[in-house]
Amino acid sequence: MSIEVIKPGLATTVQDGGRSGHYHLGIPPSGAMDQVSMRSANLLLGNPETAAVLECALMGPELRFHDTLRVATGGAEMVPKIDGVACPNHEVIEVPAGSVLSFDFVRAGARLYLAVEGGFDVPERLGSRSTYALGSLGGLDGRPLQPGDRLKVVSAERCADAGRSLPESLRPVYHKQYELRVVPGIYDHRLTPAARERFYDELWSVGSEADRIGYRFKGGTPLEFIEREPPFGAGDDPSNIVDACYPIGSIQVPSGSEPIVLHRDAVSGGGYAMIGTVISADMDLIGQIQPHQKVRFVPVSLDQALEARGQRSRRLEALRQALG
Amino acid sequence: MNAESVAESAAARYSVAGDEFLFVELSESMTLEAFFRSISITGRLRERALPGVLEICPANASYQVRIDPQQISVSQLQAELEDIDAEVSSQSVQRLTTRVVEVPVLYNDPWTHETLMRFRDRHQDPSGTDLEYAARINGYADVEAFIEAHSGSPWFVSMVGFVAGLPFMYQMVPRERQIQVPKYLRPRTDTPKQTVGYGGCFSCIYSVRGAGGYQMFGVTPMPIYDPTGSVPHIDDSMIYFRPGDIVKHCPINREEYDTLLAAAEAGRFRPRTAEFVFDLDDFTADPDSVANRVKEVLNEH
Repeated sequence: MSIEVIKPGLATTVQDGGRSGHYHLGIPPSGAMDQVSMRSANLLLGNPETAAVLECALMGPELRFHDTLRVATGGAEMVPKIDGVACPNHEVIEVPAGSVLSFDFVRAGARLYLAVEGGFDVPERLGSRSTYALGSLGGLDGRPLQPGDRLKVVSAERCADAGRSLPESLRPVYHKQYELRVVPGIYDHRLTPAARERFYDELWSVGSEADRIGYRFKGGTPLEFIEREPPFGAGDDPSNIVDACYPIGSIQVPSGSEPIVLHRDAVSGGGYAMIGTVISADMDLIGQIQPHQKVRFVPVSLDQALEARGQRSRRLEALRQALG
Repeated sequence: MNAESVAESAAARYSVAGDEFLFVELSESMTLEAFFRSISITGRLRERALPGVLEICPANASYQVRIDPQQISVSQLQAELEDIDAEVSSQSVQRLTTRVVEVPVLYNDPWTHETLMRFRDRHQDPSGTDLEYAARINGYADVEAFIEAHSGSPWFVSMVGFVAGLPFMYQMVPRERQIQVPKYLRPRTDTPKQTVGYGGCFSCIYSVRGAGGYQMFGVTPMPIYDPTGSVPHIDDSMIYFRPGDIVKHCPINREEYDTLLAAAEAGRFRPRTAEFVFDLDDFTADPDSVANRVKEVLNEH
């Protein structure tokens, strides 16, 4: 069973739940940036929750189906079209053999997840099918889709009927401005008190360099670091540290100018001071923020972060209950 | 350990990083003692195999642990780490059983030369090469003398990362002899695969082609990252280097490079390695004799 890529879209990759246990060798988790939406699409279809899907950023692909297959979408609102006829998002739809599945422009959110019955079949690498493009690992030949690619599909044990749809209350809601909750720390004592306060006061806008490695933010006042004698091996810029590991979600501010939040294809370490970490519950949301949209960073305590983590787990549980 | 490093041992700084990570800084500045402590603590933590500890990442002078907070809390983990740190610091003998790896390097190669010329506007000294600049600011008479220093001493792999499998290496010489070179003023958008680079006090080998800010000195024909699982000397982890490896660079000429590269492409390349027991006190007392022993064990194999 195969699907042919006519147009790949802007940045379409095979992703799943990601890989764990290799970060100490520089291999990041990868996997769908918005895990909840990926899981929602799979659950809707009756797939294993973390079956491999296509993550389609901002502009969807055009795919020719050589076999009749059911699919479902999750995440961003990009209207799917079968041979040009619009179909609903968040619903199981059947694509007949020979038809072309394409997508309208993105109306809200940034990443659509396309699940296919059984899941996309690429070799597992280090326990995951996810694409880590920086390391040419996983996915389809370790890279985003290209025209002419053939995608294989795992034969499904079971599949939901066409027409099954995600209850309204479980669908994502998108805005033009967001809050990202941050646990301050790591090297934030290197910022001046005024800069530390301002970081959380100002509105930042997502730069065009917003990808799976990280999101860069612009538009705020540059942040001053406290002057110091550079420690041996750290580098001369006040934002430099002796190269260290970067937590997923950590915020670095090279030379104090533009904060970068690292995501699931993160560079695993480097020499820039981190000033805090976006909480795990808000990482899905980052994957749905479009370039030029606005963000305010909100400082929270570890307890608040853990509470939000619990809420996210309950939301996933509700999806499983509704669709399992 | 000397009095200064003991004083630094007291200052481990624990910082929660979101709800899944604990970041631990052992020293603000790079020291061999801090690296040694990082690798000792993370090694012992791995041995304890605590439920909920997902990833343990040693770095140059710090380390990081990823947890599942439902299985272990940050404060439980920190208590565990403080206990291990005390255990490590009270050891009278600081030893690491590791391996020495010889890395053949074609210094001043045509590919990094072509690349560095393309990005000259991003460099501190647009009129020369990266090697000429590094030689000059470190007080070497010429590039040859600089290459002799870079390839003459052993290096500790003090961290693996940035991108998959990239080793950061720390020079095993007294601080006054350590090479230091700033990174490019603005990072390049391209670096050839397996480039031997340099930034701050660290040497590195770029595992993949891509962006980079380190100075470029040469290339190695030795594969160090294997995403397709086809390189015989690299195991299932796909990564060759481990923190704690000791590296010795070996200058080669173009003809040797071509031969080794052909061997690597045919799956016949095998790195020269030897087992080695590193003792921190021996090294502190007489670094040059430890460096000589590194050369000797390679020659014995």
